[in-house]
Amino acid sequence: VWDKSENGDWHCTASWKTHSGSVWRVTWAHPEFGQVLASCSFDRTAAVWEEIVGESNDKLRGQSHWVKRTTLVDSRTSVTDVKFAPKHMGLMLATCSADGVVRIYEAPDVMNLSQWSLQHEISCKLSCSCISWNPSSSRAHSPMIAVGSDDNSPNILAKVQIYEYNENTRKYAKAEALMTVTDAVHDIAFAPNLGRSFHILAVATKDVRIFTLKPLRKELTSSGGLTKFEIHIVAQFDNHNSQVWRVSWNITGTVLASSGDDGCVRLWKANYMDNWKCTGILKGNGSPVNGSSQQGIFNASLGSANTSLQNSLNGSSASRYFFPPLDSPRAGSRWSSHAQLLPPPPLIEHSCDADTANIQYPHPRRRCVSRPLNLLPENEGV
Amino acid sequence: LTAYVAGTGEGGPSSSRLFVVRKDQDIYIQTLRKLFNESHGIFIGLQRSEEELAGKSRKAQLVQVSKNYRSVIRACMEDMHQAAILTRDPALHSQYSTQVSILSAMELIWNLCEILFVEAAAAGPLLLRLLDWVRLHVCDVDNMVHEVLSSENPSKHELFWNVVDVFVLQGRMDEARHLLSKEASANPTSVNMYKTLDDLMKKMPVPSLGNTQTLTEMELKWQHWHEECQRYLQDGTFASSSHMESICKILLGDEDAILEKKDLMTTWYHFLVTRLLYSHPTVKPMELRFYAQACMDLFLGGESSPEPLDTILMAAFEFEMHQVIKECSIALSNWWFVAHLTDLLDHCKLLQSHNLYFGSNMREFLLLEYASGLFSHHSLWQLGVDYFDHCPEYGRVYLELHIERIPLNTEQKALKVLRICEQRQMHEQVRSICKIMAMKALRNNRLGSALSWSIRAKDAAFATLISDRFLKDYCESGCFSDLDLIDNLGPSMLLSDRLTFLGKYREFHRLYGEKRFSEAAKLLLMLMTAHIAPCSFWMTLLTDALPLLEQKEVIFSAEQTYELMRCLEDLTAGKSDKQKFQDDDVETMKVEMLRLALARNLARVIVKEGTLEGS
Repeated sequence: VWDKSENGDWHCTASWKTHSGSVWRVTWAHPEFGQVLASCSFDRTAAVWEEIVGESNDKLRGQSHWVKRTTLVDSRTSVTDVKFAPKHMGLMLATCSADGVVRIYEAPDVMNLSQWSLQHEISCKLSCSCISWNPSSSRAHSPMIAVGSDDNSPNILAKVQIYEYNENTRKYAKAEALMTVTDAVHDIAFAPNLGRSFHILAVATKDVRIFTLKPLRKELTSSGGLTKFEIHIVAQFDNHNSQVWRVSWNITGTVLASSGDDGCVRLWKANYMDNWKCTGILKGNGSPVNGSSQQGIFNASLGSANTSLQNSLNGSSASRYFFPPLDSPRAGSRWSSHAQLLPPPPLIEHSCDADTANIQYPHPRRRCVSRPLNLLPENEGV
Repeated sequence: LTAYVAGTGEGGPSSSRLFVVRKDQDIYIQTLRKLFNESHGIFIGLQRSEEELAGKSRKAQLVQVSKNYRSVIRACMEDMHQAAILTRDPALHSQYSTQVSILSAMELIWNLCEILFVEAAAAGPLLLRLLDWVRLHVCDVDNMVHEVLSSENPSKHELFWNVVDVFVLQGRMDEARHLLSKEASANPTSVNMYKTLDDLMKKMPVPSLGNTQTLTEMELKWQHWHEECQRYLQDGTFASSSHMESICKILLGDEDAILEKKDLMTTWYHFLVTRLLYSHPTVKPMELRFYAQACMDLFLGGESSPEPLDTILMAAFEFEMHQVIKECSIALSNWWFVAHLTDLLDHCKLLQSHNLYFGSNMREFLLLEYASGLFSHHSLWQLGVDYFDHCPEYGRVYLELHIERIPLNTEQKALKVLRICEQRQMHEQVRSICKIMAMKALRNNRLGSALSWSIRAKDAAFATLISDRFLKDYCESGCFSDLDLIDNLGPSMLLSDRLTFLGKYREFHRLYGEKRFSEAAKLLLMLMTAHIAPCSFWMTLLTDALPLLEQKEVIFSAEQTYELMRCLEDLTAGKSDKQKFQDDDVETMKVEMLRLALARNLARVIVKEGTLEGS
């Protein structure tokens, strides 16, 4: 565990052995519950940890202590993911295992982290690799979990399933399966809900996919009130050109980060017209991928995905806007003539190489301000 | 936007590291803070400004807002410029210089948008505004001008004619004439030539800002003047001076003559304005686009292709507002410019009239992006709050999501954030923040702080829990911590029963300390009989009663004593045999002592109450 100090530096304040096998995932509970972590492992267990405020000596040395509050031992196979539920559901977490069982536990007394009871066991029939809770706290939305599978059995079953809590039966039941996702899923993440009626789900599989799930009228089936969803894929990106391992949303669910076997982190954002595009690429050490050297004040963290000189020759007459060529034939990346407002490539260089003379408010010479941001000839495998 | 990237460091696969990647350099934020702060004030002012003002006064108001924004940009430029001068670090120097250049471009674009969109200058004033615009932003030649003017003998300076040309190209007639007069006095033989040219320049009709003449009148005058210039040129009046002949050609709007002075104009838009000045001074706004395109093509002459700045300006001349915004979004690295400009244009009601259905949503989109960016800064986030406030559709939810993620490092910050949430009735966020702070305090054993946070959150359950902790601590240590807090609970005491008990119990101790024994006694009894005290605490309370029972003066009345006895019996009766067996000697002794004390008190009080007063 790392803590950020007053002056912004990160220090490792705790490092300890948690499991007897590889630790697959670790996740934080909401700070309302204190400083709480959960981990899951190949050793078939998941554990909940709490930070104990230690002696003042420890504080001076910059160390903190974590104690195990509980071990969840119900799984008979490797536990592949653990996630806390949204805080409005109380202190609850879900685990998923390689044998396809999703378990939901609850700590009825939030002050007592040693008491967790198993509330639900969901059998997914596929080896599970990841889960994501729908963060929406809207009363119109029942609790919902998305489960991803990396099962490579030959039956082409949908590798993403959506389970929803049914108020009548008081059980979780399968509401949807994304039939179009047939490759192993490595990570899955619901986006924060901005008060939308529909949900957005990102899937890390052989590529990056973003789905919208729009709840339709609740059908009154015998089990009562199971929501049906209209599913659309709004983006699909294979820029990583390899397996995509993780996806993660920002606070407002407007930017998605993905990481892949190409060693890169890519950032995706929907523009003003709801078209998703790449807004940045980072290498494994955090440095940006770009074509020319970065100069000037807007140094680096993200390269730009769009403006390269060659691209300015493309494009319809009405629009000088363009895409990195790779992204073309997908649903989410249409060309359109107006207002394709990509978020500005965050750090644009305006290299004033020619202008040595006049510092007095050099008026924006043609050459000066405009060095077209040929930052990113996106040549990932095109 | 901060991304935390786990990757492999240079040390190979065994040395994996964690990298923190931030979207905007801190230095960028640092130097532009003033810009962000001051433009925030202008933005808020604009949102709150009088919408009822119509027509001219509203327009004047909006133009003023635009000018305010521009002056903020200029102020920022000056600061940046100063910083560039003062720094000794060449890298920083180059950064600052670049920044100055970008700000200059922003001001250039904004200024043009102000003329064309906000002020919507009509034919006539339009040209004058454009002239001002060019003069303000083409300062490459300022050095040269200054050099010549400050030399001993300007007319002998080798760059003299360049400067005269500059003045003419920028329509600065008086200055040109003034310089020429120096030349005239130095060359008496050409006096007539100078007089003629001077005369022509003096008489050149220009559009007026006021209503002193109509466009038609002006055009007529201009036509006559143009013909006069033509005559003089053709008569060979200026034949003996190539410089003056070229000036005359410029006055006549001769494209080639003007283009010859490319280096003095440096940009195609300067060329455009000069051309308009001398060939079509009454140009209408909608005609600009044709001239602009033609001028740019001529000026660039196929040698170079337009760059982003050119594209933006061209879009402006074409009155393609959306295009301007779009191009600026692409070219500029921060949402600041497009967010504020679009907002202003929206207030001018210009975006809605556009035939795109999402006109007004674009404003919100850009403001949301800009404000979101502010939230990554440890203090500028407060500005972001106001921007979200003025985004009717998504502002609130964005604020809710962002504000929950602000690191609450200090109490002050937490209180600041809370105030903002409370002002906006963001109850869930208030509750959440208080809960987080209460938990933090509780974990660090700062019970008083934890309690006050729970009270603020109106979190009864947590308040109960903390009160229990207080009471437990009291039982163990015999004294209270955080007395101030508990003493001053006031009405918030009622949040939870346990809290009420805590407050009242402390009051009991206070009364006792002040020797107000009968009040203390009454309170103590009430705590048990009114069931405010939890059963687990009764023993402690009864034990507290002991000193009161042992006083010389009888405090508890007979009735009260009976009540106390009943409480004691209830307590002991309630215990099962097993519990009684487990009770240690101390417990048993306590009960015995209490029984004895109560009995003794009862005896004394019966006597006292039975005695007639005054006898």
